[in-house]
Amino acid sequence: MAAPEPEAPPTAPTRAKDHSPWNWLLFIPIVVPLIPAFFNGDSPRVFGFPRFYWLQLAFILLGVGTTTLVYQMTKKRGGR
Amino acid sequence: MWRDHLTEIIVFSLLFLLVSVMGFVAARWRAPKDMAHLDEWGLGGRSFGGWITWFLVGGDLYTAYTFVAVPALVFGAGAMGFFAVPYTIVIYPLVFLVLCRLWSVSHRHGFVTPADFVRSRFDSPVLALLVAITGIVATMPYIALQLVGIEAVLKTMGVTGDSALARHLPIIIAFAILAAYTYQSGLRAPALIAFVKDALIYVVILVAVIWLPQKLGGWGSIFDAAEAKFQATAQNPNDGILLNANNQLQYVTLAFGSALALFLYPHSITGVLASRNRDVIKRNMSALPAYSLILGLIALLGYMAIASGVKPLPGAKEGTVDNNTVVPVLFDQQFPDWFAGVAYAAIGIGALVPAAIMSIAAANLFTRNIYKEYLKRDASPAQEANVSKITSLVVKVGAVACIVFLDPQFSIDLQLIGGVIILQTLPAVALGLYTRWFHRTGLIVGWVAGMGLGMWMLYQVASPTRKHFGGSAFPLSEFGFDTTRTIYVGIVAVAVNLAVAALVTLALRAAKVGEGVDGTEPDDYFADEGDPRVTPGTDRDADSAREPVA
Repeated sequence: MAAPEPEAPPTAPTRAKDHSPWNWLLFIPIVVPLIPAFFNGDSPRVFGFPRFYWLQLAFILLGVGTTTLVYQMTKKRGGR
Repeated sequence: MWRDHLTEIIVFSLLFLLVSVMGFVAARWRAPKDMAHLDEWGLGGRSFGGWITWFLVGGDLYTAYTFVAVPALVFGAGAMGFFAVPYTIVIYPLVFLVLCRLWSVSHRHGFVTPADFVRSRFDSPVLALLVAITGIVATMPYIALQLVGIEAVLKTMGVTGDSALARHLPIIIAFAILAAYTYQSGLRAPALIAFVKDALIYVVILVAVIWLPQKLGGWGSIFDAAEAKFQATAQNPNDGILLNANNQLQYVTLAFGSALALFLYPHSITGVLASRNRDVIKRNMSALPAYSLILGLIALLGYMAIASGVKPLPGAKEGTVDNNTVVPVLFDQQFPDWFAGVAYAAIGIGALVPAAIMSIAAANLFTRNIYKEYLKRDASPAQEANVSKITSLVVKVGAVACIVFLDPQFSIDLQLIGGVIILQTLPAVALGLYTRWFHRTGLIVGWVAGMGLGMWMLYQVASPTRKHFGGSAFPLSEFGFDTTRTIYVGIVAVAVNLAVAALVTLALRAAKVGEGVDGTEPDDYFADEGDPRVTPGTDRDADSAREPVA
């Protein structure tokens, strides 16, 4: 990752900025909710919800958790 | 009769009045020095912070039609309707990755629409025009559908009439008010109203999911009642509270394809471009799924309607039923009148926010990529803002006309088509943010191929009640596969689009056909607020209006 030098004229392209390996984690909440084998079943039921429903609602938390983690890890250094 | 619903109508009207006043006042909210600039009218000054963006984009993506149609689908078909949940999970990581780059490059170059970006990236006004027209055509029926959402509510309150005019008068008035304050306040109006809309939605849904299951014997028996209903009706083999072997592929491709389509829609991009910096977008991608949770619970209202024995109101034609009325009817049966009124207002106001943003997005596309490109090259920012304001009025009149003069089913068909056609801009807009490998002519030919195939496939899809345009689930047997599985049309169409674009690109490159000049640079895609190289608007002083980085 290039050292942040805001004063320098930005002539050299700073390609590294958006290419954190943490971004790969984002593919988890893209892929997992699209695999019906995980959630297409009735049991176990949670609070009366068949697995199909509670597990897919739980995937929302997976999405929130992953995006939050990636955001925290790729935030600009020297935090504001 | 409407007299039985008087309390509901009064509550509904009061809340509607409140947001109308807010819409007009919004022009002074975070007032700019100069409203006569497309950045101000059409993007709220590109200045929205975390909270406003959350309400604005949430109010934008989760429309009244969604709130009415998703539970209607769950009511009618069961598990298939729940695709809305994975769909709205998958979209946020995608936006996190892709639209941040669009924000940056737009920030630096002053792009207002996705077609602006395409024009500069691929040096091709023709490709930009195709992207703009696709966006406008896909957005128009979406606006009309917001009216279907309001109509479902009005119908339940008994506000109907015998003549077409009397039946439609309330939504004509509602849209006239909406058009007036959008004209005046631009994107600030829906941003401010979104606060009320979302607060109402959250209250209504929380009450509904806590209160109704208690009345209906708990969640377990709600699901059991739904299962019993689907077992009893044999005419649709693919309904049920779980997916079966035939519709799993459809479920997954529909969820993924809809997510890809949603973030290509001009109104989503308008919402994202209006935010202040990349951080605001990224933080919102963690916070926006709160709406997905609400949407999932709203979807389950369809099962609650089954469990409480709701009968949908009759449709426009003899002998049909309007499934879109199941949620309003459920509220009418189960809630006290005043609270049903609040719930109806939530749906009604829920229609106004996205309708306003969509009409602004469509107007921006027209102004930037048709008016300025082909009609008046030297248009000043003030002229651009003016054209956009007038176009937003035209777009709304068109949407109302769609509902009043055509069968609402026509709008629903068009929206179905809309998702498929907006996907055809994926190679140019979304992949264009990452690579310029595709040749501009290749993208154009790919677009034509994807469009043609998508239309043909949609035309072929039959449903129990209709011969053509019966849905988006295309039977794979039509391609000669020996299977009863179905797949979402949009995914197939965009795959063919990509393949054709790639082949044509290879051919053109071998023939050494000119590719034009890329107007963007690699580090444009990471630029953030306070960037020293932001291209100033033609007559705008670059520094004085910009607030320092906090």
